[in-house]
Amino acid sequence: MATRTVRIGSSHGLHARPAKLFTQAAKDSGNAVTIAKGSGKAVNAASILGVIALAVEHGDYVTLAVEGDGAQVEGTLDTLSELLVTDHDEQ
Amino acid sequence: MTSSSTVAALQGIGIGQGVAVGPVARMADPLPAPADVASTLDVATETERANTSLAAVARELEARGLEAGGSARDVLEAQAMMAEDPTLAEEIASRLADGKTAEWAVYAAFASFRDQLAAMGGYLGERAADLDDVSQRVIANLLGVPAPGVPSPGHPFILVARDLAPADTALLDMDMVLGLVTSDGGPTSHTAILAREKSIVAIVGVVGAAALTDGTTLVVDAAAGSVTADPTAALVAATEQRIADRLALVNAPVVPGALADGTSIPLLANLGSAEHAAEAAELGAEGVGLFRTEFLFLDQALAPTVEQQRGHYEKLLNAFPGKKVVVRVLDAGADKPLAFLNDAHEDNPALGLRGLRALRASEDILREQLTALAQADAATNADLWVMAPMVSTVEETKYFMAIAAEYGLKTPGVMVEVPSSALLADRVLEHAGFASIGTNDLTQYTLAADRLLGSVGAFQDPWHPAVLRLVQLVGDAGVHHGKPVGICGEAAADPLLAVVLVGLGATTLSMSPSALADVRHSLQQYTLDDARRIAAAALAADGAAEARAAATAATTPEMKEATS
Repeated sequence: MATRTVRIGSSHGLHARPAKLFTQAAKDSGNAVTIAKGSGKAVNAASILGVIALAVEHGDYVTLAVEGDGAQVEGTLDTLSELLVTDHDEQ
Repeated sequence: MTSSSTVAALQGIGIGQGVAVGPVARMADPLPAPADVASTLDVATETERANTSLAAVARELEARGLEAGGSARDVLEAQAMMAEDPTLAEEIASRLADGKTAEWAVYAAFASFRDQLAAMGGYLGERAADLDDVSQRVIANLLGVPAPGVPSPGHPFILVARDLAPADTALLDMDMVLGLVTSDGGPTSHTAILAREKSIVAIVGVVGAAALTDGTTLVVDAAAGSVTADPTAALVAATEQRIADRLALVNAPVVPGALADGTSIPLLANLGSAEHAAEAAELGAEGVGLFRTEFLFLDQALAPTVEQQRGHYEKLLNAFPGKKVVVRVLDAGADKPLAFLNDAHEDNPALGLRGLRALRASEDILREQLTALAQADAATNADLWVMAPMVSTVEETKYFMAIAAEYGLKTPGVMVEVPSSALLADRVLEHAGFASIGTNDLTQYTLAADRLLGSVGAFQDPWHPAVLRLVQLVGDAGVHHGKPVGICGEAAADPLLAVVLVGLGATTLSMSPSALADVRHSLQQYTLDDARRIAAAALAADGAAEARAAATAATTPEMKEATS
């Protein structure tokens, strides 16, 4: 299992549009991905309800974990991390 | 009550001056909670039913998202994902495994997430409503009944609802909605604001609207605030004629605001952000009479920087080259509290530290705003005027004039919203470059009735002669000192009241851009002498309703002839 911890860049935290984009990407990756806020419980990253209920705010640290290893898994981590550190509300 | 068609009329608060005729389509009421009973089907069959409905609703929400586009699309796609959420699916499966019906399993699973979100409050609490909506859609699909929410009967209709939620209004197909009738809600409700923005014929707070049934023909007359079910053929014909007349009026060439005798009354727009500036100019706004700067500050823990503000102001000023743009400095407090200006609890915030009082207590914020405005002014070609909200004394007027002068702002002025400023308008205007009357607050303070409190909503009527008398004092002071007196506030958007306000001495009128065409047309019907005579009739009345009736009576051709 590969993990990575990143800081949330979205100015409105991980709700609404950013949560939708992240969940969609987690689902589309085809990997089993979990996300945890701080040292909290990990939830299914493909579950928009689970992700919203984490109440992740701007500046919070979250840890992603992807089942398996290898280049494809690292690629999934790269894509999802990039989504989390980007400010989607900045337009 | 002379005509038979008014016998069946229901009354409410009309928004705007429009009129519409068409069949009722009701917004379906929420479904009752399903009963928690044991299923008569096996688990596999109930699971199949649940999955089919969840998928159907997800596809429908996605399709509606594609159709709606913009930010509504994101909301709808997020809702579609909620319907097929894997965590939700586990919750549903565990209930189905206990032998529950698909209806109950879906209902209970959604409810468990809903309560979790609602308990978090704030933004997440609001998402609970999105979940409720998805839950209702899935249950309706399982039951084979229409989903609650905005109907789509396939032909133009008059939407009858208890009230509209923001999510409903995002999806309204304006080509299909002829008019809106709600049983709840007042003139400041979400529905009313939407109707004003989009120029939809609407009547809110209609007692008895709940009894209107699908397919019934309605005549909705916003100007009169009346809803007539099953109208006579004569009324339908008269209504259709009025619709045609109004269409001609809206399509009439946009000319500068003026009275019948050529007296110029510039018509300006009230704006809350620079984004609607182009639209306002297209509707004939000859400038901006009230630019609210609060939106720059709302939802901010800290005040925006000078650079951020300057960018917004430049965008606004660039939309009106050579035109007048009146910017109001931050008006916080009461219904618009801002944490960084005033976080003290007040029992009576409308009478508290708000407007200029709050800015004075945090003068650095005012100074930053004036700095940004002066910089934007130097970089653009609009004619920038700056005014302070909630000025209640001559001393405050002098304070604002002095501080604005420090930044080289050419035309500083004050808002007249507090009776004390109106009563001393002759002395206030000795110092201020201009006055702009905020009729909503002036009415609230004159009648001592909280404008946000429904139980005293009847007092919130700018036609009240006490309010008109205060407007007259300001108008007279403006003439005496040769200073402009503008009106910003909903009063200026009422076509007849606009004439009265001009008769009392207003030199410009500022309103929602959607009201410009009606007011422009109304002003063209009267000379300045007419306007003064109509104003005098309203001033002489005992109350708001009487003033409105007296002004209406004074506009008739017979009265015009009798006095000319």
